[in-house]
Amino acid sequence: MFFKENWWKVLAAVLLIYSVIMGFVVDVPIMHPTYETLRNIFYHVGMWFAMFCSFIISFVYSLRYLKGFKEEEDIRSVEAVNVGIIFGVLGLLTGMIWAHFTWNFFWTNDPKLNGAAVGIIIYLAYLVLRGSMEETHKRAKVSAVYNIFAFVLLIVFVLILPRLQTSIHPGGKGEANPVLPMDLDAHMRFVFYPAMAGWILLSIWIWKLRVRIRQIGLKMEKEYYQES
Amino acid sequence: MIIFILLLLYTEIKQLIGKEIRLELKQKYVLNGILLYLVSTIFVTFLAFDRIISADTWNSLFWIILLFVAVNGISKSFVQESPARHLYYYTIASPQGILLSKILYNLLLMTILSVFSFIFFLLLMGNPVVNVPLFIIILVLGSLGLASVLTMVAAIASRASNNFSLMAILSFPVVLPLLGTLMKVSKSALTTTQWSGNYGYIFILLILNIIVVILAYLLFPYLWRD
Repeated sequence: MFFKENWWKVLAAVLLIYSVIMGFVVDVPIMHPTYETLRNIFYHVGMWFAMFCSFIISFVYSLRYLKGFKEEEDIRSVEAVNVGIIFGVLGLLTGMIWAHFTWNFFWTNDPKLNGAAVGIIIYLAYLVLRGSMEETHKRAKVSAVYNIFAFVLLIVFVLILPRLQTSIHPGGKGEANPVLPMDLDAHMRFVFYPAMAGWILLSIWIWKLRVRIRQIGLKMEKEYYQES
Repeated sequence: MIIFILLLLYTEIKQLIGKEIRLELKQKYVLNGILLYLVSTIFVTFLAFDRIISADTWNSLFWIILLFVAVNGISKSFVQESPARHLYYYTIASPQGILLSKILYNLLLMTILSVFSFIFFLLLMGNPVVNVPLFIIILVLGSLGLASVLTMVAAIASRASNNFSLMAILSFPVVLPLLGTLMKVSKSALTTTQWSGNYGYIFILLILNIIVVILAYLLFPYLWRD
């Protein structure tokens, strides 16, 4: 019974443990300037993928909220944004550590880095917007509209704009994209794709937990008001 | 059928823009306030720097001042009229018409403000602009971009607590890449007369503008229905 419902959580844990161990064991191609730090690709890119997955989930639930106006969907949307911001900040931190080792600075004026920072700030502004409104239905509606706006802009700023300009970060104009199978070393593929799956499953796990906590909180509130 | 809808929308927008302009000319509240703000900030920068400043500094100051002027000017666009008046508009006009008319009115406002800003900058800080036609194109594209983004953000913020700081917080992350691209292209307009490297950036600016306007067009009816 436990295994039928929660098999994917066990899978997430197994995949992540596998990627942490194998990430340091597998052979990586030695290139300048990354040398051995290339192993960070399993974690840094993994967290960005988890962030994107969370934001896609929140976008979908925002669209569904605007269709049906059920509070359930608004809760799912907000919690997905929360989880996404956490993974985004972690992605930025791992990226900064990586940058320090390969390029000798933590941050620089680069389209991809700026786009990523602006993307996170847009969603932080989403949380500020939510905090400024009290009435439930109005808050849910306005934040759903802003969420859709923010998601499209995130895609443009992080995925589209940096690819049109030359950039120090991989994935600029005319450069290879390390995520695609043809641009990734054969040994690394066996760790990279399981790691991506593990990080995405972890983010969904955390999201579901947070949604359940919120729902329990709501239920307790309703019971409290019904009693008094 | 589509032509019929477009014609209806066109007359609606024309009337709404006419209404906004007439309201503005009656009181001149926004225009005078913003022009005064513009002149004061440019005068402060004039006092802070010597007459001769580098093209880089001129560029950054120009766009920063224009950004703050834009945020100040457009933040008032949804707040000036009472909720009862808004309810009246809800019954007689379509939300898309209202949104497009506000964007076009704000575009007009931004164009006037950017031209004024450019003239004052020329008077007080000298003219380093080498490639004038390119700079004018950048002014127009920048005004369009700022107007559309800030109108959409003002619509969202007006549904919330009508706080000016909320408007600023919401607008800055969205405006930052637009502003960054504008600054890059205008830096090259200040330094060379060549057009070659800039087509990519102009393309980016156009695409950003189109995406924002389409998004606003699709999302505004949900905001309006209160």
